[in-house]
Amino acid sequence: MSIAIVKKSGPFAHGYSSVQKTMFLVLLALTPATVSNLYLFGWPAILLFTVTVGACVAVEAACLALAGKPVVATLADCSAILTGWLLAMSLPPWAPWWIGVLAAIFAIALAKHAFGGLGQNVFNPAMVGRTVMLISFPVAMTVWVAPHPLFSAGAPGLADAIAITFGGHMPDAMSAASALGYVKTELSRGIPVTQSMGQVPDLMDMTLGFRAGSMGETSLLLILAGGLFLMAKRIISWHIPVSMMGSLFLIAALFHAIDPARFTSGTFHLMSGATFLGAFFIATDYVTSPVSKPGQLIFGIGVGLLTWSIRNFAGYPEGMAFAVLLMNSLTPIIDQYTRPRAFGRTRKGEPLPLKEKL
Amino acid sequence: MKLFPIRGGIHPEYRKEQASEKAIVVMPMPAALYIPLQQHIGAPAEVLVAEGDLVKKGQMVARNQGAVSASQHAPTSGRIKTVTDVTAPHPSGLPQTTIILEPDGRDEWGELPEPIPDPFTADAHTINDRVAQSGIVGMGGAAFPSAIKLNLGEQKKLDILLLNGAECEPYLTCDDRVMREYADEIIDGARIMAHALGTPRVVIGIEQNKPQAIATMTKAVSAFSNVEVIAVPVQYPMGSERHLVQAITGRETPALKLAADLGVVVHNVATARAVHHAVRFGRPLVARVVTVSGGAIREPNNVLTPIGARVADLVEFCGGFSARPESVVNGGPMMGQPLASLEAPVVKGTSGILALTVEEINDRPANACIRCGSCVTVCPCGLSPVDMAAFIRKDNLDVAAKLGVMDCFSCGSCSYVCPSHIPLVHYFNYAKGVLRELENDRRKSERIKTLAEVRTIRIEKAAEAKRAALAARKPAADAAPSGNVPSGNTGEIKAATEEKVNA
Repeated sequence: MSIAIVKKSGPFAHGYSSVQKTMFLVLLALTPATVSNLYLFGWPAILLFTVTVGACVAVEAACLALAGKPVVATLADCSAILTGWLLAMSLPPWAPWWIGVLAAIFAIALAKHAFGGLGQNVFNPAMVGRTVMLISFPVAMTVWVAPHPLFSAGAPGLADAIAITFGGHMPDAMSAASALGYVKTELSRGIPVTQSMGQVPDLMDMTLGFRAGSMGETSLLLILAGGLFLMAKRIISWHIPVSMMGSLFLIAALFHAIDPARFTSGTFHLMSGATFLGAFFIATDYVTSPVSKPGQLIFGIGVGLLTWSIRNFAGYPEGMAFAVLLMNSLTPIIDQYTRPRAFGRTRKGEPLPLKEKL
Repeated sequence: MKLFPIRGGIHPEYRKEQASEKAIVVMPMPAALYIPLQQHIGAPAEVLVAEGDLVKKGQMVARNQGAVSASQHAPTSGRIKTVTDVTAPHPSGLPQTTIILEPDGRDEWGELPEPIPDPFTADAHTINDRVAQSGIVGMGGAAFPSAIKLNLGEQKKLDILLLNGAECEPYLTCDDRVMREYADEIIDGARIMAHALGTPRVVIGIEQNKPQAIATMTKAVSAFSNVEVIAVPVQYPMGSERHLVQAITGRETPALKLAADLGVVVHNVATARAVHHAVRFGRPLVARVVTVSGGAIREPNNVLTPIGARVADLVEFCGGFSARPESVVNGGPMMGQPLASLEAPVVKGTSGILALTVEEINDRPANACIRCGSCVTVCPCGLSPVDMAAFIRKDNLDVAAKLGVMDCFSCGSCSYVCPSHIPLVHYFNYAKGVLRELENDRRKSERIKTLAEVRTIRIEKAAEAKRAALAARKPAADAAPSGNVPSGNTGEIKAATEEKVNA
């Protein structure tokens, strides 16, 4: 009886989680909200979604081939699909095809592979893709449409959709403003929040997704359901979503109480923009968020506060993507200062003092 | 009783049911026993027998030598075939000096030391000497000579003897079975140990996944007011000494200190039973219960195995392999050591022999780290495996040391949960090995430096003395004695030298 020489230390038991399984569960959690939004925004959204995800996979494959890494095996980890998926959800649903492709190139080639591929990137790839597009093509990136559910009256058919996505024929009459954008514009015209709030969709419509916005900004309930599913599956923990939404709500509520004419309410901030998508799916990205729980709390609070600040004081009505990217850059330093205390040692790493016995 | 939380930990698949309901069976004596001189932490024992000697069961065949060591005894009667090098039960598969004994089949006990009639009136020395004489080492796996741990009562004020019956490793059921079948012997041994240590309390910690053991032990301790059984949560690595002490007493052992510095001494339940045998019957440690399990073993079992039986013989006794094992592990799957050869013998610290299939081990090629942080969450030592591994990969061991890699006790929780299947423990074991070597080198060169300095001082001193003598002679010739100054210098140098040597 001879046995193989083992060249590796223990343990000789391993759990059943894997990168692929983790990514797959996140995709599964995104599916209900995505299907609902593809239905609401119709054929152009379906085309843009397909183009964006496809472009991400293609760019990933090209980068892997260039770097001499195994292409098929690495693509199987689904990380490129997830990036493309989240990216598509952050774009205006009727945006032209080249927005999706360019965003994919920036997300995958620049934000991910230039840093060394999966796990090495400092910034959230999908948010880099979206932000570069927003800064470079502010017009195309802020043309929102009201939902036109598939097969409903006035919704574009497949042929119209091809014209919209690939032909650049955006029907003028259809554009609408997102709630955050509308309030901001009105405010700049001197119309107080108290008045402009009467024009934004009511809470019920915002919750269900019947409002203008990027795909992932709407359908809060389904995004929430997906987030809770990920928590139940222990893919994400409560720390980032709760600290992020909590801090955003609290600071918004505080300023709303001080000056309701200038600042919108906490509830409005939670319900509008990409708050839910960002809290559950963007800010929780493993690679670009801190590893320890205290670090994740700090990160979440930072994203919440920055989002509110950017929405209120910066040039853009929506601040989630910027806030996430800014906090991404702080992740290494947060990690360094929030390492857990080692067993039997003080925070500084000195052995604990021996206490006098009772 | 209120328990205290411990950090991190995991809930692996325990798979204890493969062997937990199998009552302890006695392994028939194999054709030969291989008794290594070193089965414990410390110095190897010194051989007392030679080829051709006839020995009786329980006769000492190798004596402990040095401060930390343990004796070896013949597990049965027979003839010494030879003393030679045999593969050690160590992942290296390197040979070590081993006594080979051919049993004569009679299994006759030799002359044993007299039982200690009333151990509770005997002094601590009598009991410790008996434990040392009986070759007892920690049977939970670490194999530290038990008598040394029993002497701690002399140096430190202790208040609790904590008996470790957690058995948190998957598959292993030997402690479970011993507690279920020999509860009274364990408790008697524990009370004797507590007497020797001078601890007023005995606490037996058992994980909640062993309800029968908890019930049996609780019943058995009911007669003794100072002994209690505490069911601890099922949370690997609860059986780690420091973590069990924290869970039960709330005391956190400082780094570089012992639990004994906090008044707690921990012994394994099987060790307590061995103490019972040694004190009450004079019997040395010559056999132990080993869990033979794993998907590749035909008939998993708990086997009372003579020390020195080859793993191959033990596996054969359990029906052999039903499938090709991917690894054969000495100990539990989390912290056990892979065996390089089935020719290696069962030793005093062998709690289990596991033949594991590929599916059970479920190891996969490593992927890129996605920084999910699971390893940070589960680390029971509060370390950041993700960061340490990153630095070790770049061979930046100083930073890894700063991050606490030497505090890692290789429990394997991080490797278990890692979704990318990165062999984190492998990295840490590598780093610990290299860092230890560097530390040894540093100490060595420091010692050499000190010795060299002392030598320089000595030579200078001799030269000085010579000059002084010369100077003394000159003034003597001039008839004016003034030799005080040089002698004062000599005194200073002498003090400096002593300081150096003492350092």
